[in-house]
Amino acid sequence: MNITLDADKCCAAGQCVLVAPEVFDQRDEDGIVVLLDAQPPAEQHAAVHEAAAICPAAAIQVHA
Amino acid sequence: MTVTSPHAPLPVEPPTGCPFDPPAEFGRMRIEEPVKKISLPDGSWAWLVTRYADIRAILGDTRFSSDTTTPGYPLSGMTGGASQQNRGFIRMDPPEHTRLRRMVTREFMVKKVEALRPEIQRITDELCDAMQTAKLNGAESVDLVEALALPVPSLVISLLLGVPYEDHALFQDLTGKLLSRVIPKAEADAAREELRAYLDRLVTAKEVNPGEDILSRLIVEQQQAGEITHDDVIGFAALLLVAGHETTANMIGLTALSMMGEPKTAQQLREDPSLIRGAVEELLRFHSIIRNGPRRAATEDVEIGGQLIRAGEGVVVAVPSANRDPETFENPDTLDVCRPNAQHHVAFGYGIHQCLGQALARVELQVVLATLLRRFPTMRPAVPIETIPFRTDMAIYGCHELPVTW
Repeated sequence: MNITLDADKCCAAGQCVLVAPEVFDQRDEDGIVVLLDAQPPAEQHAAVHEAAAICPAAAIQVHA
Repeated sequence: MTVTSPHAPLPVEPPTGCPFDPPAEFGRMRIEEPVKKISLPDGSWAWLVTRYADIRAILGDTRFSSDTTTPGYPLSGMTGGASQQNRGFIRMDPPEHTRLRRMVTREFMVKKVEALRPEIQRITDELCDAMQTAKLNGAESVDLVEALALPVPSLVISLLLGVPYEDHALFQDLTGKLLSRVIPKAEADAAREELRAYLDRLVTAKEVNPGEDILSRLIVEQQQAGEITHDDVIGFAALLLVAGHETTANMIGLTALSMMGEPKTAQQLREDPSLIRGAVEELLRFHSIIRNGPRRAATEDVEIGGQLIRAGEGVVVAVPSANRDPETFENPDTLDVCRPNAQHHVAFGYGIHQCLGQALARVELQVVLATLLRRFPTMRPAVPIETIPFRTDMAIYGCHELPVTW
């Protein structure tokens, strides 16, 4: 799995941080998404797919 | 002259005897006419969209404008705090929306809100202590709306914005009027003007003497740098105050009432508090308190659910219908606190305008639900449920009063 972000789209809703806190964080200055691990281990994959699915700004792309 | 529209109005009434369910018409519309013309109070019309997938598509598509000045924007019958001159970023499009929203996003980020959890717990505990005291002093029942549901979010947002809590009665009254679907327009306009005047005084005071709060930080970091004006700060204050008030308060009331009617679920949550987080998502989905929108105007011709929506036409999306769409949620009319995809709900909206305060709302709801279950395990409505006044007259659903005993 490889994750890419479009941080310009991010609206700082923070749902990715709730769903996959080991993969996503928020920047202190403005709450914009930060990627902690672009290639997370298998046990994180379900949570990452869920984070991408509920991201309101479609800012998270997951590549196989 | 009254303009008569050939279309039926937006359905808002829950079915008889079933106050938790959205209007039954939504179920028929999702199947037969998922994008349907409805009439608005001024006789104009807009498209009503009822399917989950279509609603997410619209709210996630920048060809649908949130700017209330866009031609075709369905303003009629709308309620809300911000006037046209001071409409706040929820009624703007990018890039202006992005610029303004980002000035406050860090204030509501997950870790910042999590750090408030002990304070929210303290506020909740004190209000529960006061309920207990009232009962010990002989009160037969307590109105949970007045005793807990309204004060929790009200105290928290007042704290964050630096609004003196002594003023809460004033702005609770004013926001209530702004969100009413039934009060005369003149009265709503007067309430909007009074709230503006109040916030004008508050912002002016903070300009002279800034404190440790969101409005003061906006003044020091943005207004003094020339990024925003005094009026913009008032716009932020009005938006955050109104949005932070009634929404969570009504979810707290409905959450408590749901739990009183579902003792097995309540017991399940008491035995396994790790279920609380999912339960809050399911309660948000199930109750869908936004009954009057969101709304958009198409800026290009777009096909949604097989229907062509033309540029300049207005759209109203039915959040309660999306959240009960069986295509997305299995057995959608059942409250299932273990539902695996409950968090796919659109109770906070979807797209770039999705609720900025959602992390705060989640923590408040989690704390209050867990505390009520723990401290008042025998709580029950003090009156027959048929006599509880539900807010069918308001843009945000809930109950006006909720007398309880235990």
